[in-house]
Amino acid sequence: MIRTFSVSALALVASLTAAQAQTEIQWWHAMGGELGQKLEEIVASYNASQSDYKVVPTYKGSYSETMTSAIAAFRAKEQPTIVQVFEVGTGTMMAAEGAVYPVYQMMKDTGQAFDPKAFLPAVVGYYTDTNGNMLSMPFNSSTPILYYNKDVFEKAGLDPNTAPKTWEDVEAFSTKIMDSGAANCGFTTGWISWVQLENFSAWHNQPIGTKENGFGGLDAELTVNGPAQVKHWENLAKWQKNGVFQYGGPGGGDDAAPKFYAQECAMYMNSSASRAGVMANAKEFDVGFGMLPYYADVDGAPQNSIIGGATLWVLQGHDSDEYKAAANFFSYLSSAEVQADWHQFSGYLPITSAAYELGKEQGYYEANPGSDVAIKQITLNAPTANSKGLRFGNYVQIRGIIDEEFQALLAGDVDAKTALDQVDARGNELLRQFEAAND
Amino acid sequence: MQNKRAIFGAKGLPYLLLAPQLIITAIFFLWPAGQAIWQSFLREDAFGIKTTFVALENYRYLFHDPSYLNSLKVTVVFALSTAALSMGAALILALAVDRMLRSARLYSTLLIWPYAVAPAIAGVLWWFMFNPTIGILPYLLEAVGYKWNHALDRGNAMTLVVIASAWKQISYNFLFFVAGLQAIPGSLREAAAIDGAGPVRRFWTITLPLLSPTTFFLLVVTIVYTMFDTFGVIDAITEGGPAQSTNILVYKVYQDGFVGLNLGSSAAQSVVLMGIVILLTVIQFRFVERRVNY
Repeated sequence: MIRTFSVSALALVASLTAAQAQTEIQWWHAMGGELGQKLEEIVASYNASQSDYKVVPTYKGSYSETMTSAIAAFRAKEQPTIVQVFEVGTGTMMAAEGAVYPVYQMMKDTGQAFDPKAFLPAVVGYYTDTNGNMLSMPFNSSTPILYYNKDVFEKAGLDPNTAPKTWEDVEAFSTKIMDSGAANCGFTTGWISWVQLENFSAWHNQPIGTKENGFGGLDAELTVNGPAQVKHWENLAKWQKNGVFQYGGPGGGDDAAPKFYAQECAMYMNSSASRAGVMANAKEFDVGFGMLPYYADVDGAPQNSIIGGATLWVLQGHDSDEYKAAANFFSYLSSAEVQADWHQFSGYLPITSAAYELGKEQGYYEANPGSDVAIKQITLNAPTANSKGLRFGNYVQIRGIIDEEFQALLAGDVDAKTALDQVDARGNELLRQFEAAND
Repeated sequence: MQNKRAIFGAKGLPYLLLAPQLIITAIFFLWPAGQAIWQSFLREDAFGIKTTFVALENYRYLFHDPSYLNSLKVTVVFALSTAALSMGAALILALAVDRMLRSARLYSTLLIWPYAVAPAIAGVLWWFMFNPTIGILPYLLEAVGYKWNHALDRGNAMTLVVIASAWKQISYNFLFFVAGLQAIPGSLREAAAIDGAGPVRRFWTITLPLLSPTTFFLLVVTIVYTMFDTFGVIDAITEGGPAQSTNILVYKVYQDGFVGLNLGSSAAQSVVLMGIVILLTVIQFRFVERRVNY
């Protein structure tokens, strides 16, 4: 008892002295479970690698909880130096001039070496302003891919090593799978909004809004009701009726993964970062990987997919030492070794070309087939105005609207055109509110 | 009577003794309520950098917003269905227990258990049972030819949140109904029985009218419960979906304020909710307590 006490007292004294010499900064993040442990590991090795700065990571719950608590903290002047914000919060963060400290600016002010060209264009394009300046630091970015059940494919008489390329393939394969009794349903998907609308549009080089999908200004409007999107949603509704497609629920689609794991559905579209979960749960069958399907008759498809995930934003209101610490930490985070390790562990994309090259050198992609599908898909073509991402305010709620209208479509209340028109109309109202509040 | 009254010399003492309660009310109710009212007149970006005074704009917008009007309607349907189900079931159980002699205590204890379950836990329990993919009940329902899917079907979703919320409240209502039944003098029912009234008639003409104070009290309490305490149930089961069909007022305040970061609208909605509670309380004290037949 006494010994443990004296040891902990010693540790306390040691940490106090260390704290005087060190600059400590707070990092609020939303990585739970295994990803959270990995993140703490990365921070611990950073803290051990030098003695000037100390990063303190704190888990704040889901992405929206983390963002909300950082904003509440900012209002109370208790904000952390670094906060992890998901991609749909980007519009809100970018509009908050005076609250965020743009990363490119911070790197310049603190004299930290920083080369924006080292990052993958498809990743940073989402987070740069119209002048090409990086506003936040990419950390965990992913893109949706297709997972399929090789055993079911084989049972249905399909080639287990060929993923469907087009939506026509998906339909034909599904019918064959269902007719042969290999599985009850063809495919399911997580994230209707992210996968079956935003990425679908980018992948087919179709706009989802004016002003380069919102990059060009706060007065942009949504235009998700193009012919390609209408056709796709019509098909999804049709496929849901005849059982080819099963709906996995709103938001991330919590019910989608179990359908795939239980071999109810033969194919599953979701984030490349779901890879770890898929591998852990697909114990009774082999998993194949493929790029997202496309409609062969749409011009420009396949283009490139867009990212999801989160970046690190720096908040204003701290002193220059703390920003030096943040800049130094960001350099460490984006180093090839740290990035390659994080990418290979989690299934998130490597954010720099160097990290990707390092993975190749290590032979990681050969040892883990399918693990480079995501990066190949996101770099398939140079991003166009339609496929570099999207930037809309109030986008968290707009995603909710997309889910609601999709549910109304599946319930048979409206047709695909009306549902997508409604997304535009209701979304634009939120965009105008955001414009009014941020002008 | 007069000379029994205690006389305090210091005029300040009563205020001093009241002070703790007054301070708590001021800090935890008046101050935040005042802030909510002030916030409801403002339009602000999430970080509070740009603030504009817009007077009643947030309220005007609210009552022209179809999703808010839908939320009002959903709340009324949800509150009334939950109240009807939980009070009806509680009354039947209470009547059954009232007739028992020896085992009444045991049953009462068992029936009180669900009340100790937190709303979020109750929500998760029912979510598991009714989950279209992994739940046991959709599996059984499919055997009789019914396809249950509360992720898509609005009626299913509403039914599920009503069942989950009512289940939790049955215990509370049951306790009060049992107490109410035991307070009815046995002689009244016996006299009616001697006069030839059957059990059904005795229930409608004697028991129910004499229970009315309890019933009205429980009605108000249950409606307040459904409007404010069911947040956890909704959040765990449907998150207000599908297509806003279970987005009750209190959940919408959270969605717009904490997820959507639209603080002005969220504050205006809280003020409307506060108005509804005040109204319910006034009804209970002014109307119900006087009119009810004791």
